[in-house]
Amino acid sequence: MSDNHHHQSFWTKYIWSTDHKVIGIQYAITSLLWLLIGFGLMAIMRYQLAYPGTPVPFIGNFLGEGGILPAEMYNSLGAMHGTIMIFLGVVPLAFGAFGNYFVPLQIGAVDMAFPKLNAASYWTYFLGSVIMVTGFFVPGGAANSGWTSYPPLATTATMGQTVWLWGMVMLITSSLLGSVNILVTVIQLRAEGMTWMKLPIFVWTQFITAFLLLLAFPPLEAAAVLQLMDRIIDTSFFMPTGLVVSGEVLPNAGGGSPLLWQHLFWFLAHPEVYVLILPAFGIVTEVIANNTRKPIKGYKSLVYAMIFLGFMSFIVWAHHMYLTGMGTTIGAFFQTTTMIISIPSVVILTALLLSLWGGSIRFNTPMLFALGFLPMFGIGGLTGLPLGLAAADIYLHDTYYVIGHFHYVVAPGTIFALFAGIYYWFPKITGKRTNETLGKLHFFTSFVCMNGVFMPMFITGLAGVSRRLWDGGESYAHAAGVFQLNEFMSIFAWLLGVSQLFFIANMIISLRSKKTGEINPWNATTVDWTDTSSPPLGHGNFETVPTIYRGPYEYSVPGAKSDYLPQSNKG
Amino acid sequence: MEIPFNVKERPDTGLYNGKLGVWFFLASEVMLFGGLFSAYIFLRNGVEYWPHGTDYLDVPLATLNTLFLISSSVTMVMSWASLKLNDFKKFKLYCGVTLLFALAFLVVKYFEYSAKFAHDPPYLPSTNNFLGIYFTMTGLHVLHILGGMLVIGYYFGPGSKMWNTEPERFTNRIEIVGLYWHFVDLVWIFLFPVLYLL
Repeated sequence: MSDNHHHQSFWTKYIWSTDHKVIGIQYAITSLLWLLIGFGLMAIMRYQLAYPGTPVPFIGNFLGEGGILPAEMYNSLGAMHGTIMIFLGVVPLAFGAFGNYFVPLQIGAVDMAFPKLNAASYWTYFLGSVIMVTGFFVPGGAANSGWTSYPPLATTATMGQTVWLWGMVMLITSSLLGSVNILVTVIQLRAEGMTWMKLPIFVWTQFITAFLLLLAFPPLEAAAVLQLMDRIIDTSFFMPTGLVVSGEVLPNAGGGSPLLWQHLFWFLAHPEVYVLILPAFGIVTEVIANNTRKPIKGYKSLVYAMIFLGFMSFIVWAHHMYLTGMGTTIGAFFQTTTMIISIPSVVILTALLLSLWGGSIRFNTPMLFALGFLPMFGIGGLTGLPLGLAAADIYLHDTYYVIGHFHYVVAPGTIFALFAGIYYWFPKITGKRTNETLGKLHFFTSFVCMNGVFMPMFITGLAGVSRRLWDGGESYAHAAGVFQLNEFMSIFAWLLGVSQLFFIANMIISLRSKKTGEINPWNATTVDWTDTSSPPLGHGNFETVPTIYRGPYEYSVPGAKSDYLPQSNKG
Repeated sequence: MEIPFNVKERPDTGLYNGKLGVWFFLASEVMLFGGLFSAYIFLRNGVEYWPHGTDYLDVPLATLNTLFLISSSVTMVMSWASLKLNDFKKFKLYCGVTLLFALAFLVVKYFEYSAKFAHDPPYLPSTNNFLGIYFTMTGLHVLHILGGMLVIGYYFGPGSKMWNTEPERFTNRIEIVGLYWHFVDLVWIFLFPVLYLL
């Protein structure tokens, strides 16, 4: 395949490419743009929450009468913010971009196992994401029933919901193709000597993530098909008998169950949480091992904890449903499994924290983001415990406390890890270095702003403010004491947006800088750094495919000449 | 550089890439139909009255269809076995017969569906949840049959040229399509008793 890559046109080289590295970059650019757009939607919502009923500056004219954000559109923005951030932004970046680019390089493979399927996976994702947002242009606006799309609300909602479902079917297809590809690549294409217990943790996390995507997504596809049937040809899978909407009994046959959707949805959406966090663990592990210059504490514990986490994530889903009246027996079961699943998470976090012990830490930009990840994910995880217990959840369910909890996991958690990954691997992808000053500014401003946005949410949530209020709680007596926090959070949210300019500027400046000529600037041990040029070759990746002799984190080995021993180092 | 184990098996797994890939694909298909079967159980348990399959559906026709699909599975294996025995003509024969069985299945399904629509009053997916889940599950199954026919048809027709250049790779592909085809049959083996007989 490498015979004619000198004669490829722009289109075959960068657009219709089947090279896993190009596809990885396509994923990265597309998903980063979606993250920005998803953030933008939230920035508009936060204006309404801080100053309810006042015209939104600059873009008010596009929103509604008098420049005020209409309540229906607020719902659309909320539903689409969640959908875009999770399904179009974070997962494609963590799994599509990082997985595609670095899994083959780290295991010493020449490409993914199925290059054409890989390209198909990206383009299905692209198409699905475009379909998803065309919802904004159909009558009634985009999907407005929350990212969870609970029926009967979603079944009776405007046309945007149908578009959402079609988009979802496309995205599920894309993730199916992607996950089959990663699984086969890791199982079949590991270089000689790359045994399972020599795999970098990053590869392990991508491998387990692929399993979760492969097995958890299809039930949602089934659910999406059923909801499409409900919406288009009037079946009643999710519609109970005698449902009254706007004073009229719906003509459906009835006999269905809204709970059925919730079960099918959360059967996906709980493993999805681990799809969001596992690649983040992987990236953070790589960065921490590299910058503490010592082996990861408890490699095997990490691996087994992650596998256990993957299994358990399939039997905790109904802890999202304590308030649905599904019964206390089932509730007790899911409470127990939820408490059990927190154990491997703690094992992972502890192993990473202990890895810092006694290391001579290099505080560069990727390491700062990785270090920021640890306590932020810790807060996110620990605040989840009360939500996993039915008694506490009855009070906290659907309040801002929940929003605070999962945003701590995903925003200063996963997204920080993704930034760490971008700064860490930027020299590999481009052969250039990022600017450290801008990178550190990016980290510290983001760190302060993230906490400014999400910490007060715990307070408003504990006061009982619902997460779905268009006026931010202004008209509710119980929210009066904490309403002022909305403005505080909004200002930090906008500042968070501004601080991303450091990142954008850094990317532009670094891309325009000269190549440094360094292959392995961080002195890393894994073969993506040691055995291929920066940027890597076209199709084929390696001059000669490496043979693996060592574990992934042989830093500061006593008696060795240098403080790191590459995995492909025989001596 | 060529991607390794595209055609030959990797020694420690005993599989070539495509075969492993299709097994994973089928695992996800199990979860897709598993989701639908769970939905069926959930819906049926949630109501006081659930019709018997024979109230609406035609068991003799479905039995005939079951025979068609099981036979097509047999001929599918025979076509792969013929390639293993280097008998391309026999492959063509069995592959063609597989397609005919699949077509016969679709024809019967067409008569079944149209009888439902022509009934007075018509039996539509919206009539009740039994018919709803019947049409959804069998409809999705029919789509899988169509997909399978498309691929088998391709390797029966233009795709069979690969036999002349890369016979081993071609045989692998037929094996993979066969795995998928058996799965589609298996789904029907579950659908038939669950929808028609229970």
